[in-house]
Amino acid sequence: MVENRTFGDRLAYLILTIGVLILAFPVYLTFVASTWDAATIINGQMPLYPGPFFAENYYRTLFIGTAGTTREPVINMMINSFVMAMAIALGKIFISVLSAYAVVYYRFPFRMAAFWLIFLTLMLPVEVRIFPTFKVVADIGFLDTYQGLAVPLIASATGTLLFRQFFMTIPDELLEASKIDGAGPFRFFKDTVLPLSMTTVAALFVIQFIYGWNQYLWPLLITTKDSMQTIVIGIKKMIVTADALTEWQLAMTTAVLAMLPPVAVVILMQRLFVKGLVDQEK
Amino acid sequence: MAEVSITNVRKVYPGNVEAVKGVSIDIPDGGFCVLVGPSGCGKSTLLRMVAGLETITSGECRIGGRVVNEIEPSDRDIAMVFQNYALYPHMSVYDNMAYGLRNRGTPKDEIERRVQEASKILGIESFLERRPRQLSGGQRQRVAMGRAIVRKPQVFLFDEPLSNLDAKLRVQMRVEIKKLQRALGVTSIYVTHDQVEAMTLSDKLVVMSAGRVEQMGLPNEVYRKPASRFVATFIGSPPMNIARGVVRGKGAVSIGDVVLPVADMAADLVPGAAIEVGLRPEDLIVTPNGSLTMAVDFIEELGATQLFHGMLGGAALVIQAASGLVPADSKTLNLSIDPAKVHLFDLETGMRRGL
Amino acid sequence: MNKTATFKGYLIPALLLAPQLAITLVFFYWPASQAVWQSFLVQDAFGTSTEFVWFENYKELFSKPDYYKALWNTLVFSTLVTSFSLSIALLLAVMADRQIRGYQVYTTLLIWPYAVAPAIAGVLWMFMFNPSLGIMAKGLRSVGYDWNPLLNGNQAMALVVMAAVWKQISYNFLFFLAGLQAIPKSVIEAATIDGARPMRRFWTIIFPLLSPTTFFLLVVNVVYVFFDTFGIIDTITGGGPSKATETLVYKVYSDGKGGADLGGSAAQSVILLFIVICLTAIQFRYIERKVTY
Repeated sequence: MVENRTFGDRLAYLILTIGVLILAFPVYLTFVASTWDAATIINGQMPLYPGPFFAENYYRTLFIGTAGTTREPVINMMINSFVMAMAIALGKIFISVLSAYAVVYYRFPFRMAAFWLIFLTLMLPVEVRIFPTFKVVADIGFLDTYQGLAVPLIASATGTLLFRQFFMTIPDELLEASKIDGAGPFRFFKDTVLPLSMTTVAALFVIQFIYGWNQYLWPLLITTKDSMQTIVIGIKKMIVTADALTEWQLAMTTAVLAMLPPVAVVILMQRLFVKGLVDQEK
Repeated sequence: MAEVSITNVRKVYPGNVEAVKGVSIDIPDGGFCVLVGPSGCGKSTLLRMVAGLETITSGECRIGGRVVNEIEPSDRDIAMVFQNYALYPHMSVYDNMAYGLRNRGTPKDEIERRVQEASKILGIESFLERRPRQLSGGQRQRVAMGRAIVRKPQVFLFDEPLSNLDAKLRVQMRVEIKKLQRALGVTSIYVTHDQVEAMTLSDKLVVMSAGRVEQMGLPNEVYRKPASRFVATFIGSPPMNIARGVVRGKGAVSIGDVVLPVADMAADLVPGAAIEVGLRPEDLIVTPNGSLTMAVDFIEELGATQLFHGMLGGAALVIQAASGLVPADSKTLNLSIDPAKVHLFDLETGMRRGL
Repeated sequence: MNKTATFKGYLIPALLLAPQLAITLVFFYWPASQAVWQSFLVQDAFGTSTEFVWFENYKELFSKPDYYKALWNTLVFSTLVTSFSLSIALLLAVMADRQIRGYQVYTTLLIWPYAVAPAIAGVLWMFMFNPSLGIMAKGLRSVGYDWNPLLNGNQAMALVVMAAVWKQISYNFLFFLAGLQAIPKSVIEAATIDGARPMRRFWTIIFPLLSPTTFFLLVVNVVYVFFDTFGIIDTITGGGPSKATETLVYKVYSDGKGGADLGGSAAQSVILLFIVICLTAIQFRYIERKVTY
């Protein structure tokens, strides 16, 4: 539009830039803190530019760990987080693609009952039933295991709904053509449905990887051993109430490392991320 | 190669909706049968029952003498071309054609040979490596045909294969399908709602309405002697004029005060009976000494021909004549008609009342 | 909506559904039903005997000021986070929707905080506002403001709200932007020809057309505040000082931790469950409305 184009654009640039800066500032500050030594931070004298301790802090955090609190090399925590996030993302994709295929491409008794049983779990966030779930996992003997971290979180309606929605858009004629071409349910799934679903699979993967990596309450409850800690839990344990005991430079380095993988996933796979997020809510 | 015979086939959907109400059609080996009718007449359902994509509620379907009611689509030795082509979007053109053969365990070199052969026939050799979305509508149509050809089936099934193409391409592909079917000699069933396609392609034309066969036969036969008012108005463009008339005695009817001679007239029609009279637009001949006088409302110019809209004996009428026969500002036309080309239909049932 | 073309058979679909259903039953329905059951039980101090007490746990819950406090905190927290994050996100989305040069870069730079774990977001903000070493705390004190969220409940709440808003802006921004881009340009052009100035255009055309998105985000944000902010609260305040930032979910956790009051915690879970079901039902009505919109 002709009216006030330049003024409006300048205002837009200004507001967006302020927005970007405000969103980025806490992270920038954290990064800066990860490049200074403990004393500088504790004294409240930390400057707004990076310091000389980058290599030392990151080396110590990754491979040695804090001296007083968690004492676990953060690389191990990152491995735990990675395993958990991958298991949740892949597990969720696996079980939901299968169940969606059954619900969409078969007619069987209790089909709608099964669908509603899955659908209702949308309303049951883990926080609501946290202690009974904890008890189930404890009874099965899954405490302090990767299974315990991942399995209870891989069942949820979102994936099934997402795949169901996508399968509904595959033209019926493709199934009919496949039938005439001699493909049964397994071949149709492997040769047609799965290749066509790859974008949906990838989008769901991005969302669920972030979801898994960022889990907090669940791993907090079911991991007791230091060796099973995830990085998000680890950082909480590094920060103790008595400020003097907190090795802030290492805690902040850990924070940067904890943000890095999911943020990288969002930025590198922005298109898939947006698709996954928006489709999930349709 | 095989003949297809459909006997008393019915399709009842849940909720007692009867889509096909007992249809019997026999198609000889190598025949080209076109099922035509308005949407919802059951023609697609019938085709899909032959394909095995819908179960047959009752009746029998045979392909090459074998009852196929309970046989899986892939084992019926048929190939199908879908309206939206149903090409696998993630496979190359080559793989689209090869997929059915691979599923059947056809040897690799045989697949290669057949795909090459089919793509040469269809002129798609140059884009075997492309994906369907990189192709134009006409090219996709050819790939869909290719997928059917490579299988060397006993029967081709076409489900409105040209309706997604633009008008020009549709005419071109129509001719190609006809040529191809002649060359391969494969028995074919073709569903369309387009009466021009139906007329031009078929050697057996089946007109369907509301789940029943209204008429079947050679296309020209159906055109010349429509069995009902429905067929008469459905086949032919512009459609046959239908006017309310009265029987005047043996061999004559009248529309308003205009009397027409009739050659083909049922013996039991008594004078004074009300009847419907059908006149094809091109059967009314414009001639200076014609005995019928039509008042012209307006003229549509089509280039080679003209359409005259007007009134004859109080009934609205369209006639078609070569351009330039009469001055463009004519207010009346003199017409004559061959008594053999006056069609009579029952007022209530719509059935033909001929000999 | 159902497919007309399907496969036959019962065994295969049963096998395909088995993993999903098994996990759902074991880790969702069984624990949820346990929560309901436990909410009717009282355990003695040593855990040796349990007694079925009907609604005793609920009665006790509503007789304590603690629970009302948590309810109030949750209300304040939800209202603040939802209104701030929605309005800031809407402002940014409207600006990005102008399709100015480089708006896609801005979009990327605005959506990444979604990927930061709530617990980490808490750590970042706590570090900035830590009374003894935080850079923002220093700034506040230098202008004479007595900043100490470790002692002052309102300041603690403000800090938690800021962190929660910071993290939620990205999500709301994305959906607002998608909503704005879905508004047909011709409608806005018609309004321009009808003589509506930009501000008027926004309030009379764009904002009403965006209302389904806004409503959807409202519900999602409330759910977010209820559950996903657990990590933020736990890392910044741990519910303190003196329960000033203890929300309903946080209270379920702190009451049930160590098995102290399982019955009471279970009763709280059931109430939360009820709230979630109400929210989902509201969202359902929204989906229905969207279909007819």
